[in-house]
This record gives sequence, structure tokens and C-alpha cells, in this order.
Amino acid sequence: MNLDMLMYLIPSLIMFACGVFGFITRRNLIAILISLELMLNAVDLNFVIFNRFLFPGELEGMFFTLFSIGIAAAETALAIAIIINIFRAVKNVDVKEITKLKF
Amino acid sequence: MDITLPILILAIPIAMFLILGLTGMKMSHKMAGVLGICGMGTTMVLSYIVAYTYFFSSGSAITADGMSMPFIVDGVRQQIQMFDVTWLSWAFERGTLTVNLGFLLDPISAMMLVVITTISFFVHLYSWGYMEGEKGFQRFYAFLSLFSFSMLGLVVATNIFQMYIFWELVGVSSYLLIGFYYKLQSAVAASKKAFIVTRFADLGMLIGILILSYYTKTFNFIDLTQAGGPEEVFNTIGSGSVFMGCSVLTWALVLIFTGGMGKSAMMPLHIWLPDAMEGPTPVSALIHAATMVVAGVYLVARMFPLYLMEPASLDFITGIGAITALYAAVVACTQIDIKRVLAFSTISQIAFMMVSLGVARPEIHEGLGYMASMFHLFTHAMFKALLFLGAGALIHAVHSNDYTAMGGLRKYMPITHWTFLIGCLAIAGIWPFSGFFSKDEMLSAMYGYSTFWGIWMTAVAGLTAFYMFRLYYLIFWWDENPHYKHHTPHDAPWQMSLPLIILAAVSCVAGFIPFGELVTWNGEPYHIHIDWVGVAIPSLCVAAAAILLATIMYRKKNSLPDKVAAIWPGLWTAAHHRFYWDEIYMFITHKIIFNGICSAIAWFDRHIIDGTMDMFAKVTQKTSYAIRGFQSGSIQAYVWWYFLGAVALAAVTAWAIL
Repeated sequence: MNLDMLMYLIPSLIMFACGVFGFITRRNLIAILISLELMLNAVDLNFVIFNRFLFPGELEGMFFTLFSIGIAAAETALAIAIIINIFRAVKNVDVKEITKLKF
Repeated sequence: MDITLPILILAIPIAMFLILGLTGMKMSHKMAGVLGICGMGTTMVLSYIVAYTYFFSSGSAITADGMSMPFIVDGVRQQIQMFDVTWLSWAFERGTLTVNLGFLLDPISAMMLVVITTISFFVHLYSWGYMEGEKGFQRFYAFLSLFSFSMLGLVVATNIFQMYIFWELVGVSSYLLIGFYYKLQSAVAASKKAFIVTRFADLGMLIGILILSYYTKTFNFIDLTQAGGPEEVFNTIGSGSVFMGCSVLTWALVLIFTGGMGKSAMMPLHIWLPDAMEGPTPVSALIHAATMVVAGVYLVARMFPLYLMEPASLDFITGIGAITALYAAVVACTQIDIKRVLAFSTISQIAFMMVSLGVARPEIHEGLGYMASMFHLFTHAMFKALLFLGAGALIHAVHSNDYTAMGGLRKYMPITHWTFLIGCLAIAGIWPFSGFFSKDEMLSAMYGYSTFWGIWMTAVAGLTAFYMFRLYYLIFWWDENPHYKHHTPHDAPWQMSLPLIILAAVSCVAGFIPFGELVTWNGEPYHIHIDWVGVAIPSLCVAAAAILLATIMYRKKNSLPDKVAAIWPGLWTAAHHRFYWDEIYMFITHKIIFNGICSAIAWFDRHIIDGTMDMFAKVTQKTSYAIRGFQSGSIQAYVWWYFLGAVALAAVTAWAIL
């Protein structure tokens, strides 16, 4: 495997792992959202890396990344709107306290 | 005559049913009553016109296929299909089977049109007084119209399937009217009993119809009964098939007669009729005395040429009829409820007609039994309706069905007394009342067939005279009831008295109708001659003796009836309990069918079929409860599990690839 590509992939992996760790351990909904964005960006990075090193003549990976960033922006807006609503309802954004949706 | 009038005879009652049934609640009682009476009156007039045209004009009718057909050809009255439209049609390999609806005009249907509409009109009129102020007055009139429509449709049916349809419709209207007082537990039970028993009998009839039509490939009465038509079929196909010692034709005819046994309350299917007296009395007069219960007799008469091909089935009818006639007459001697006495009397008289049909043969007095049976149907409808309406007037006056609450009423209710007496004389067969003539003809036919049945039925006629006069004396003579001082009974209003007077007048003169000229089994006129020495005088003597005996026993209050009952206490008690038929049925249905057969089926249904379904539900539910802890509500727990799952999948995939 190309060593250059690995040099790029490892930071992406670290970013993704940080995202997963943050998503599972953080209590604040905003922090969870930030962790989610981290994971998303790690994946975007992967698209770009693979496109650049494996299929240099093509542009699909690039375009897909742009597309994904656009979607992520919308999704973040939506998630924040939900968080604000939850905060209005229960005066809290701690995920441990928000456990109404169960059996 | 074209089809306009016949159509109207059927259309007016059904229209009246729809109008009264749908909008009756918005009407006043008076409006609904007048509407019902006017509708039935119009139908009655139209029926009279049709019957008069058919019997007494030398004209012709425009038949279903547009041809002109004279009423009488070579002195023989014709059967005319005024119209006949195909309603349902199925194509089979063996041919096409069609169910038609039509209007058949022949001597018996024309006679029945007159009987049904006359009685129905008087009952409509009578009910105006009898049902006054009752809740559901409009509903009552609507059901009466429905019944009239169904009964008229039954008698004019061109084919046996149409008859079966209307047969069920009269069953339904009977059910609705018996259960008219639907808050009364006994009325509800009686209506269910009547419906279930007759419906059970109709199952036999349906099977019979299917067997018959399978071999003859037709439902049409004229095709079935014309000379040489089905005979050929049965000689080629039918007689080859024998089942349990009887030919297919015998089986078909006996099964069809089973339906007639149910409707006409022949033993052992008679149990519903006495209970049906729970209905309002005008209903008993119309349905359970004059019209619906003679449907069985009418059915046999309608298919008589077929029955004639198989004398075994006629012998079966004779036997059933004779036993029923005697049984019902004996039971009627011991009943307390006056309507029940009349109900058993009705059973006995219908059985009389059945026997008369059963002994009718073309070679015996040119088929006199058939004519006599129809004649008695006609006269019986009039005088039995009269007796029932009289009983209604009595019940209206003393508010009880039992003769123990009556006695000595002749002074208080003169109109009811005289009309009831005329009814009793007519049913007892005293000259010159109508019952004498028809009963005499029937007895002539029976003596012509066999002396044994002749003597048997003469004895039944004597019993009839005895129990009717027992009833008459217990109601109008005996001992005056002390309650009259508080509540003086009086004659009914004119709406109730008028039908009584008219029906009594009809019962006086109906015997002089030259019935034999009008209605015979093959359409050829028969000249009635009364066999005074052989039949009439002996039967008159028997009737007179029975009346005399009743006079001695019941005219004044005395202990003689109790002494007579004490001679055979077992017989009296058994007759009073109607020879325990109801108990036998109870035993069979509850002990054997419900406890024996049904409880096993119920166990299987509850434990095996329901159990399987319950198991599916329980397993699903148990599993859900066991795993529901996974859904903790904590998002991070879900992600953790998801993450582990993803890692596991990745591991498995990696292992599979490498």
C-alpha cells in the first residue's frame, strides 16, 4: 500500500476514533453533536484520500465530499433546533437526564 | 286480463311495508292504521277482481310469453303464468338452470288470494282496535304488510324455488310478529323457537327441492306437474336410483313435505305453534290459524300430481296427518289457555286437510280428497280467524288468556258470544254452517279410501266438537267470575266487532259455495253431492253427541269434569302437558346435543384451535418482555451496542475474507 496514503489515513482514523469516544462519553448534547461532526469529517477526509490516491483521474469522491458537507450543515442546523427544543422542554441538555423514550 | 292487477296485488303490500317501516315512526298511530287498512283493502278488492275474472268470466289472459290464453279449455281450468321473469341463471354441462319469479294463476292460487287478502284485511281492521295505544303500532302494521306480501308471493309462485324464497319470508315475518312484545321473555323465546323449528324443517325441504330439480332440471310447477313430463324423467333416470329402499322421487317428495310439516305444525314438528300464541292475537288469527300454517297443505296441493306418482309418499302424509289430528284434539281437551286450545285445534284441523290430501286419488270420487282439502282450507280460514279474533276480544275484555278468568260472559259480551258460537258450530260441523260441508266432503273421501281412516277421522271430528264446546261453555256459561264486579267486561269497539260479524256471516254461508265447480285437482269441475246416509248423518250424530256431552259437563259449574279427569289421572296429566313433547325436545337438545356433542366440539374449539392462537400471542409477548430492557432510553447505550455490533460484524467479515 502507498505509504503517502497511509500518512493521510491515520489522522482520519484518529479523528474518527475521537468522534466515537466523544459520542459515547460526553454528557452534553452539544458536545455529542460536535463528536458527530468529527466522525463525519473523518469520513469526508477518507473520500478525498481514496479519490486522490486510487482514482486520480476521477472526481466522484470530491463531489461526494462537497455534497456530504452540504448535507452535514443542514443536519447540524436541525440537530441544534432539536436540542434547543429539548432544552426549552426540560431545561437541561444532559443526555443522562433525557431518557423518556423507552419501553 | 294482463299483468297489471297481479303485479299490484304484490306491489301494494310491499310498498306499504316499506312506507310504514321506514317512515312509520314519523306518523301518528291513526295515520299508520288507516294507511295499512286502505292498502290491504285495495289489495283485497284487486284480488277479488282477479279471482272473479279467473273463475267466472269466460275471458282469457295474456301470458308471460305474450300469448292470449283462455281460462277454461274444454271445461278444464287452465294454469296460467301471468308473468315469469328469469332472476338467476346458471349454465351447467347438463343444461341451464334458471330461477324465475312470476305469478301463476290457477284455481288454488286464486282461491288463496281471496282467503289471504280477506283475512289480512279484517285483521288489519281488527288490530286498529286491539293494538290501540300500543308502543310500536306502526311497526306492527309494517310487519303485517310484510307478511301479507310474503304469503301472497308464496301462493302465486310459478316455481318451487320462488315458493321457497317466500316460504322463508313468511317464516321471518312470523318470527317478527310472534316476538312483537320483544321485552317479554316468553315472547322472545317463542319467536326463536318458531323460527328455529320451521327453519330446521325447511332444511329438509331445500334438500328435497335440490334432489327433485337435479333429476327434472326444472323448478317450474307446470313443467313438474304436467302429465307425462316428469314421469318420463323419473322412469328413465329417477327410478333407477334407490336409496334406503325408497326411490329418489319418494325421498324428494317426503323431504319437501318435511318443510310443510314444519310450517303446518305436523307431529313431531308441531311444538312451535302453541308457543307462537305469545304473539298478539290478531297475528295468531292471521298467521297461525288462517294463512301461514296452511302453507304446508298448499305445498302438497301444488305438487299433487307429483305426489300422486308415488303413493307411498301420500300414505306417509296420511299417517302423519291422522296421528297429529288425534293427538292435537286430545291435547286441546285439557288446555287452560284459550288461545292454546285454539292453537291445538288449528293443528288438528290442518292435519285433517293433510289426511284428506293423502287419501285423494283420481279413482276415488274423482279426486274428491283434494277438492275437500282445499274447501276445508277455505272454510277453516274463515271460522278459525273468527274464533281467534273472538278470543282476542275476550282477552281484550278480561286481560287474561285463561278461561279460569272468564265464565258467564254471555251477558256481558253478546256480539262476541254469538259470533264465537257460530265459529264453534262451524268447526264442529253442524249443518248449515260452512264446516259441515267441507268436513263432510273430507270424510267422504276418507271413507272412500279406507273405512279405518274414515272412522278414525270421524272420531277426531267428534273430539273437535267436544273441546270447542267445552271451551265455549267454560268461557260463556259455567260460573260467573267474581272479578266482574270490579271490572265489568264489555264488547269490543266497532273495529273489532265488525270483522267478527262479517266473518261469522261468511262462516254461515260459505258452505253453499259450489266449491267443486271451481277448485279440483285437475281443473275439471266436480259436482258436490252430500252422502247423507253414509257420512253426513253419522258424523252429525257424533258431533251432536259430543256437543251434548260438553253441555252436560260444562254448562253449569259442577264437579263432573274433575271426576272424569280422575278416571284416568295419568292420561289427563299427560295430555295437559302435551304428552311431554317439549320435555322430549328439551332432553334431546340440552342433554344429548348440547352436553354430549356440542360440549366436545366446544372443548376442541377452546383448547386446540384457540390454544394454538393463544400460544403464538403468548410467545411473542414473553419474548418482548424479556428483551425490552435493551431499550433503556439512553442514547449512548444504544450507540455502544451499535458500535460493538459493528466491530463484531467487521470481525466476522474479516475472518470470512482472510
